[in-house]
Amino acid sequence: MTPKRISGIKFEVLSPQEIRRMSVAKIFTPETYSDDGYPIESGLMDPRLGVVDPGLRCRTCGGKAGECPGHFGHIELAAPVIHVGYAKLIARLLNGTCRECGRILLKDERRDKYISQIEKLKELGQNYDEIVKEVFRVTKAVKKCPHCGADQIEVKFEKPTFYYEGDHKLTPKDVRERLEKIPDEDLPAFGIDPKACRPEWFVLTVLPVPPVTVRPSIILETGQRSEDDLTHKLVDIIRINQRFLENKEAGAPQLILEDLWELLQYHVTTYLDNEVSGIPPARHRSGRPLKTLAQRLKGKEGRFRGSLSGKRVNFSARTVISPDPNLSINEVGVPKVIAEELTVPIYVTPNNIEEAREYILRTEHPKANYVIRPDGRRIRVIDANREELAEKLEPGWIVERQLKDGDIVLFNRQPSLHRMSIMAHYVRVLPYKTFRLNPAVCPPYNADFDGDEMNLHVPQSIEAQAEAKILMAVQEHILSPRFGGPIIGGIHDHISGLYLLTRGEKLFSKEEVMELIRPINVEKIPEPKYDGKWTGKQIFSMILPDITLEFKAEICQGCEKCEGENCPHDAYVVIRNGELIKGTIDEKAVGAFKGIIIDEIVRKYGTEEAKKFIDNMTQLAIRAIMFFGFTVGIDDEDIPKEAREQIEEIMNEAEKKVEELIEAYKAGNLEPMPGRSLEETLEMKIMQVLGKARDQAGKIASQYLGMDNAAVIMAVSGARGSMLNLTQMAACIGQQSVRGERIRRGYAYSNRTLPHFKPGDLGARARGFVRSSYKRGLTPVEFFFHAVGGREGLVDTAVRTSQSGYLQRRLINALQDLKVEYDGTVREQTSGIIVQFKYGEDGVDPMKSFRGRGVDVKRIIKEVLAEKEG
Amino acid sequence: MKFKLQDHILVPKHELLSKEEAEELLKILGVRKEDLPKIRADDPIAKEIGAKPGDIVRIIRESKTAGRSVVYRLVI
Repeated sequence: MTPKRISGIKFEVLSPQEIRRMSVAKIFTPETYSDDGYPIESGLMDPRLGVVDPGLRCRTCGGKAGECPGHFGHIELAAPVIHVGYAKLIARLLNGTCRECGRILLKDERRDKYISQIEKLKELGQNYDEIVKEVFRVTKAVKKCPHCGADQIEVKFEKPTFYYEGDHKLTPKDVRERLEKIPDEDLPAFGIDPKACRPEWFVLTVLPVPPVTVRPSIILETGQRSEDDLTHKLVDIIRINQRFLENKEAGAPQLILEDLWELLQYHVTTYLDNEVSGIPPARHRSGRPLKTLAQRLKGKEGRFRGSLSGKRVNFSARTVISPDPNLSINEVGVPKVIAEELTVPIYVTPNNIEEAREYILRTEHPKANYVIRPDGRRIRVIDANREELAEKLEPGWIVERQLKDGDIVLFNRQPSLHRMSIMAHYVRVLPYKTFRLNPAVCPPYNADFDGDEMNLHVPQSIEAQAEAKILMAVQEHILSPRFGGPIIGGIHDHISGLYLLTRGEKLFSKEEVMELIRPINVEKIPEPKYDGKWTGKQIFSMILPDITLEFKAEICQGCEKCEGENCPHDAYVVIRNGELIKGTIDEKAVGAFKGIIIDEIVRKYGTEEAKKFIDNMTQLAIRAIMFFGFTVGIDDEDIPKEAREQIEEIMNEAEKKVEELIEAYKAGNLEPMPGRSLEETLEMKIMQVLGKARDQAGKIASQYLGMDNAAVIMAVSGARGSMLNLTQMAACIGQQSVRGERIRRGYAYSNRTLPHFKPGDLGARARGFVRSSYKRGLTPVEFFFHAVGGREGLVDTAVRTSQSGYLQRRLINALQDLKVEYDGTVREQTSGIIVQFKYGEDGVDPMKSFRGRGVDVKRIIKEVLAEKEG
Repeated sequence: MKFKLQDHILVPKHELLSKEEAEELLKILGVRKEDLPKIRADDPIAKEIGAKPGDIVRIIRESKTAGRSVVYRLVI
């Protein structure tokens, strides 16, 4: 069953002879089904075209509904019709050849020169479009045929499918006759291979009829049959064709014949492509335009992008996700219902036949769902036939067993923007209906639990499972190839928890320590530091492997003179040989994007150790935060009266200053800044004043918000939020902006934002400055401005996603065939063309580099020095 | 008193490979001439070097990530 290799694909044009040869039926009637529901002879539906109805057999090949692939028929057109797709090409050809003798409008030697140029490029594998373009361009300009001397007065025009020679309109028949005159030797100059394609074939005399399987009918709820759009179009074509024939026989006047011919051309054109510019699209009775051949293929939902490059697949599942901190980062919680439906095939061999039998005999999960015999028959495993099947089992059979714990699956969240959007996880079958994942692995998927859904795929062969396990495992992707740092790590509560645990010297009794350590595998706990009690730092050290690091924590305030180890804020982290001696653990140490400790462990001890550390660290952090208790309430944003009064004063001052600036501007006293107009200067100064006011207010508020305030803890440790968020909640929200400027437009014509203000009012309040804090609440006018500014944010998020999505698609399409070879060169996979002689010019894998640098010099120095000492 | 392109800071060093060097290169890389990146014969620097179609040019340039980077181009 080895798949065959395709050695090549060539596209040619169908000749009328070929069409007639491959057809199994000549179609005359526009009727589809007869009165008793049977398909009609010589009609559009199955004389011998194929079957859709289960039960019927195909007349041509004898296959049943699933087997018969369908067969082509043909329609003899009463008169030739132009094929829309080739319309432009036909025009160019007509202009490039003589209207009398049909030869190309070039002397033989020039023609031969072009032909040899094209040959050469073809050998190199290069594109020869430019040369062909030049040939068309050059020949179009020629006025007199170099071979027969005839004049080429006309420059022919065409719109959808019409050709005008001067004033005279060319019929498709005329066009075909001219194309027939073009000799084979001239064609290569136009980039056409005469063996594959004769120009006259661009004008259709026979129309191939696609098999019934390509345009099946559907049965509506009402029981009626509804025909496919293509079938409708073909019916139209046949009808007109008939009328045309009848009229021609009956000797109708030229005009009528011409009209009918045009109508026939319209129907054939619209059948091939219904979105051609210049003609009204054919519509259903309902008014919606028909979906014809070109539309079936075109982008996104069309054949290429929607059915070939991407498909719906079996052995997949999708549900809502929810967090489970008790899972390891590389596990995924699978609902039992899903695990019972998804299966893994066991190819029965003498080695595993006993195991396979067991699955068949089991009545509960994990059991066998289906059994497949060598003849291909699928048998559902039911209580009634269990014993029988278990006995009949032989090597060569396949047993499909349900998904169970330890199986490897691919887990993914869309949009899949980087390789970490799909990773391999181990299955853990759990009750209830959601997929469960460890929160630490949310950042690479960009998942949150506000209703997100994720997809699961089950690799079906042993090779696929092995590949997933080795290449796509979660722990292999702890470091991001984008910036060389960890992308999996502690988030939110993990960071708050560890901060609370390791700040200062909090003491824990033995029982308390045991409770915190419970999920972690520690072999031996160190001696208590103080009088039978352990410190938080000691507890954290129990999960640290032997590493040595020194760095400033996230909470570091950047005091002018850094005291280093003796930092009074406990913000300088010192870890020696796996022991946390000084400093507080927060985002910088253990977070998803900074995580210095995680980074170090991955590089020094490998991915397995790092996975264990992250598992342990998250477990410990959660227990720690549960131990302390952590909550946020509205009173976390309370500030005492004096503070509020101070803030009021600052706001008043600021508004006054703004008024002063406006006065100065109106009086003409304002000095413009270099390079900017007066208005710009005014606006900039105002924004400055107001911004400063907000910041000052924020400073006052933070004076009164201590480290016992939960919001402050989260902001400072890097778990969530920032001082700006706190400022806005407690003190003052600040200036709203649209496109970087204060709110300008609002109340149409009268030069103001709202009718609440006088026209021309440039004051703080009138242009979107919000004085209040979230806690105090906004005035209606403030609320309106806040909505205006906020809306801009939402809109540009939406626009940004679609723009970046398109960019990503283009990049991917351009890069996907490139591969780094074993010698470090980057080559295109099929053609062997070299793109880079060394990957990225330096051969460095960004995932393994330290934050993007090729060589981590500091680390080398550190290690060498440490060796010398120890 | 002609201004040589190669003298300009922004132009990397371009060298013509001899027949033997070219063969050697193709053998080491295991490619045909056509698989190399290309440079046109009427490119100003190709003309300055005196490169003819079919020749191979060696280009040495400074790289932000690698210090120095060497690439080759087939003249067409």
